[in-house]
Amino acid sequence: MPILEANNLTYTYSIGSPFEKTAVDHINLQIEQGEFVGIIGHTGSGKSTLMQMMNGLLKPTEGTVLLDGRDIWEKKADRRAVRFQVGLVFQYPEYQLFEETVYQDIAFGPKNMGLEKDEIDRRVRETAEIVGLDASLLEKSPYALSGGQKRRAAIAGVMAMEPRVLILDEPTAGLDPIGRTTILTQLREYHRRTGCTVMLVSHSMEDVAKYVSKLLVLSHAKVVCYDTPANVFARGSELESMGLALPQITRVFHELRARGMDFPEEVYTVKFGAELLKARLEGSAPVC
Amino acid sequence: MLKDITLGQYFPINSVVHRMDARFKIIITMLFLVMLFWGQRVTTLAAGLLFVIVATACSKIPLKMLVKSIKPIVPVLIITGLFNLLLLDGGKTYWRWHFLKLTEEGIQTSAFMIVRICLLIAGTSLLTYTTSPIVLTDAIEALLSPLKKLKMPVHELAMMMTIALRFIPTLIEETDKIMSAQKARGADLESGGLMQRVKALTPILIPLFVSAFRRAEELALAMECRCYHGGEGRTRLRVLKSGLRDYIALIFTLLMFAAVILCNIFVKF
Repeated sequence: MPILEANNLTYTYSIGSPFEKTAVDHINLQIEQGEFVGIIGHTGSGKSTLMQMMNGLLKPTEGTVLLDGRDIWEKKADRRAVRFQVGLVFQYPEYQLFEETVYQDIAFGPKNMGLEKDEIDRRVRETAEIVGLDASLLEKSPYALSGGQKRRAAIAGVMAMEPRVLILDEPTAGLDPIGRTTILTQLREYHRRTGCTVMLVSHSMEDVAKYVSKLLVLSHAKVVCYDTPANVFARGSELESMGLALPQITRVFHELRARGMDFPEEVYTVKFGAELLKARLEGSAPVC
Repeated sequence: MLKDITLGQYFPINSVVHRMDARFKIIITMLFLVMLFWGQRVTTLAAGLLFVIVATACSKIPLKMLVKSIKPIVPVLIITGLFNLLLLDGGKTYWRWHFLKLTEEGIQTSAFMIVRICLLIAGTSLLTYTTSPIVLTDAIEALLSPLKKLKMPVHELAMMMTIALRFIPTLIEETDKIMSAQKARGADLESGGLMQRVKALTPILIPLFVSAFRRAEELALAMECRCYHGGEGRTRLRVLKSGLRDYIALIFTLLMFAAVILCNIFVKF
């Protein structure tokens, strides 16, 4: 059974006003336990709205969200409990830091869960380590941290609830390349270590291609495809026609194919691309 | 698109009233308000009603929106209605119990009061429905500009109002986002006693204040970068222009006002 499931999920903003807009349009989706899902799409394609419905922050206009097969908007369902199981890290999460120390801020979620002090302490220290925050920073004010550190502290705040599904809405937005790679690598490490389901929203193919096991492509409030990165990028030209930029390496290989060289379509990591080229160079066939 | 909502009030469609000069709209609304309180007459209210009907028809604002604007003041209506109904003395007395009574005058006044307040709200809502807040403050600045002679900082006041109005939706959006983010971490905003609820606001208010200060600082810097130095010699992107329709509307209102005054003097009922 999938851990998270969306059936006919629809969300319309400002119904009945001139601003009415359907942000998510009858989406069906099944997320399996332990998957690392990347979600890509343009600004305004409905990514954030979809994610906020997944943990019960927004009530669907139509359709249902099932967590372990149970409707989270059922009459008796406890939405707070759902939010502890489906952790959501918002865009620019550093703007939600408020406690006096980083430690207390990370502990905010677990404290709301009503956990014991020792357990909270373990979680705070463990997640701080996962996101690479030095123990000496824990007693500082969150406002004294650098931008990247703040971001990681805020992510730790959600991780500390040890949710079964961790959703991150553009966790790398506005960071420099080093900050981006750091967070993405840590996320992969977190996924490997805990085996939790991770959903990573991004509008950069480059970012997600390397890390995820499944890709969900959204366009105009609808699902375009939900498949492995290899299969998704095999439909490269279709994605490009929707205005989604493919990873650089994929574009290079598409160009090579266009010039008559026989390469597979789904090259999306530099590593794989390099291997292909190497094999070609070592083989007898001339490159160009 | 969504960002165009300011105060949740402005209803952006295209109509004659929307295109009118905001200065005229303000003056006409003021005249309308004075007229509404001119004498205790059926004719006054009839004129007010006519005004609202004509203005609504011209502005293409759905009736639903007007009803919506009256909804929040229903408690006020009920209270004023009851007070006038049960406490006023005068005319025939129908019923009396201790200090409570039902008199002719009471019934009449309370009915008048309710209709009058409804018209008042409907009329002023029409102004805010058809005029975006930014244009409204521009118009207020223009109307108050004679006060500049008296060393009143009219431009500065208008600019402050514009900025405040401009950032209301931004702050609402921000509050919304922070609330969602804290809810996602299990913040409980809906249950518990008063003290608990007040305490539960800390995780929302602190980030909100921090970001408001940050925004203010950034805005001040951005304005200085573009050489903002107050109202002196500043020109506008959107110049307020008056046309035929504005004068027609003004004349219509003045005629109506005159009719109300004449009725008050000459007609006895």
